[in-house]
Amino acid sequence: MELEIALANVLLIALTFYALLGGADFGAGVWHLLARGPTRRAQHQLIGEAIGPIWEANHVWLILIVTIIFTAFPRAYVHISTTLHIPLTILVIGIVLRGSAFAFRHYDIKDDDIHLRWDQLFAISSLISPFLLGMIIGAITTGHFPVNPATFFDGYISPWLQPFPLGMGLLTLLLFSYLAATYLLLETHDPTLQKIFRKRAITAVLLAGILEEAVLYLGRSGAPRLWGELTTSLWGVFIQLGVGSLTIAAILLLLTQRYWWARTCAILQVTLTIWTWGIAQFPYLIPPNLTVFNTAAPEVTLHFIAGALLVGTLLLFPSLFYLFRIFKGNTLFR
Amino acid sequence: MSDLIAARSLMAMSLGFHIIFAVVGMAMPLLMVVAEWRWLKTGKAVYLIIAKRWAKGTAIFFAIGAVTGTVLSFQLGLLWPRFMEWAGPIIGPAFAIEGFAFFTEAIFLGIYLYGWQKVSPGAHLAAGGVVALSGIMSGVVVVMANGWMNTPRGFMMHGEIPANIDPVAALFNPSGLLQAPHMILAAFAATGFAVAGIHAFLLLRQPDNAFHQSALKIALVIGGISAILQPLSGDFLAKQVAEFQPLKLAVFEAQVETQQGAPFRIGGAWDSKREVFDYVLEIPYALSLLVTSDPNGRVTGLKDFPKENWPPIGITRTAFQLMVFIGLLMMGLALWGLWLMYKKNPLYQCRRFLQAMVLATPLGFLAIEAGWVATEVGRQPWVIVGYLKTADAVTPMPGLIIPLMIFGALYIFLACIVIWLMWRHVAATPNQFEMTSPRKEAEPA
Repeated sequence: MELEIALANVLLIALTFYALLGGADFGAGVWHLLARGPTRRAQHQLIGEAIGPIWEANHVWLILIVTIIFTAFPRAYVHISTTLHIPLTILVIGIVLRGSAFAFRHYDIKDDDIHLRWDQLFAISSLISPFLLGMIIGAITTGHFPVNPATFFDGYISPWLQPFPLGMGLLTLLLFSYLAATYLLLETHDPTLQKIFRKRAITAVLLAGILEEAVLYLGRSGAPRLWGELTTSLWGVFIQLGVGSLTIAAILLLLTQRYWWARTCAILQVTLTIWTWGIAQFPYLIPPNLTVFNTAAPEVTLHFIAGALLVGTLLLFPSLFYLFRIFKGNTLFR
Repeated sequence: MSDLIAARSLMAMSLGFHIIFAVVGMAMPLLMVVAEWRWLKTGKAVYLIIAKRWAKGTAIFFAIGAVTGTVLSFQLGLLWPRFMEWAGPIIGPAFAIEGFAFFTEAIFLGIYLYGWQKVSPGAHLAAGGVVALSGIMSGVVVVMANGWMNTPRGFMMHGEIPANIDPVAALFNPSGLLQAPHMILAAFAATGFAVAGIHAFLLLRQPDNAFHQSALKIALVIGGISAILQPLSGDFLAKQVAEFQPLKLAVFEAQVETQQGAPFRIGGAWDSKREVFDYVLEIPYALSLLVTSDPNGRVTGLKDFPKENWPPIGITRTAFQLMVFIGLLMMGLALWGLWLMYKKNPLYQCRRFLQAMVLATPLGFLAIEAGWVATEVGRQPWVIVGYLKTADAVTPMPGLIIPLMIFGALYIFLACIVIWLMWRHVAATPNQFEMTSPRKEAEPA
């Protein structure tokens, strides 16, 4: 395989891990915000305990993604960070507020009412970043990046303020919430809490299913390439059937309380969605002009970063497995 | 305010804010690990309490350091796209290595903070050790990447485009190799002194508190040794700046004209019209001696360089002087402290020393900020010295004053909260009763 393609695959792998791990942390924040009723405190506690030991590590995936893009595909990085300056800025502000609020809430020496404020800030900023992340990916898919914009609006706002990116933002938020609900089901043995998160997981997967189709339809004009691949090619039809059957399977499994399998379906659905997007997009990073080939760094850099990634991964995965075995050991395997 | 100035201010603000948290997040794990190791070795509960209390404070700093580090990885592109396009293929791999080091740090910090009851004491201590090591590693790599901007290596110009790229040569650039130890020592000195200062403050109020006595000792030993080594590392670095960035050194040392037997100058105000420094105190031959190891050695003056390449002279010189002055002050304090320890004179009985340590609490961080201003402002007008001007690297995006104001407000907000939380942290001193509990029960939630 050519190095550019290999590195594009590494990017997709990192994005998948970020969605499955960091994304679920954001989703947990959404459920934190929506927690109501007599078990509100118990729900908050469950969420805090579930993400506490792992959230720092989960968010390093994003840093890794950024560094791979600017090292291996510097020209694409330049276009993305220039044209999408505004949504990227809001994304990082969301990340800062969310991480800080979580730290203020959980590593404070005392326990008093101010913690409710940090909880609120944590939950609200958990809405911002996933939405913006989806919107940014949506804008990149659309590829309306003007070269010499006539106005500020054309150059820095209209590339992302469009139906397709907005739809992608919403879809990302829903998929992350869906993931989080299925993860939290395995973190508690309390039947009341399980009932709550089961209902939420079902709602989220249903909404995500509808939205996934709606976003695809928006893609007809917003991302014609994606639309074309998914509606006219054989593999595209299979993917659509795959996502549909994973949705139905997840609902059935949730109803019959087979949570480990339901979570597996959620993970597969998100993974499938990301890779479908990636493959349909290939070889473009930003259509219609910038591909993984014409934005790539010189070969020696690609070799070097590929080597660094290989060595890094050999250290990273055993460490990650150790972390998750310690804190999530009872949920990892059936 | 022009967009260039806004972009530079925003970048400076983000780095200046992040650096405090990065430094604490890098240095505190070693302090925690030493305390925990003392606990395992002596069985004294006080060391366990120290490790746990420090860990809680560190977690806040680490989290803010992580999220502001994320901001920086984006702001490099948001503000300086041309720089990243130019530098990404050459120095980008360094950031990938840093990414993995940071990953390791975050993973094992999770184990350290939440794993007290989940892993064996040995594994827990080892997790802390990994946090400390990977933190240092990621600091080293980031600073070496910065060094590359000062002494760019590992490529050849092919017209306008860098070619024949060698990421290894770029990473091991001359400036980076000496900047990295200088920064690591700064981190341990600043953090050690800050922690020692806080415990000294509390010891002045509660002289018999064993918790603060032991904590002061650990922090002072680590901070003190670093502060004593730091001027030495600074001397190596200055000699190297003289070799590779003679203009920067001339500004640092207020050397206007090229001169043999140059004096070391203290103080002084830059008069940009007459192009001289006023009110300077001179130590004859000392600068030549320091830089060239020869009292009559030749030191290049800044007038030997085209004026359009001069950095802002007043700021760079003042920041450099402030850093050196604080560095020497901290070395003096460290020697005093080690002398007291050597004389077996319990530190905490010398009230004068404790008072001095309290006053010194923020000094290391001031020196770090000053040092970064000196090296970064001193690099101007270049972003990659000799190759790319800062003005040519800035984003075409207009209205950068708005993100500048938003991030300014955000950082002020976060700083206020962190200071307030640390105040609460310090105010909640463990009492004597907690300290005397036996080893097994010393497990506060």
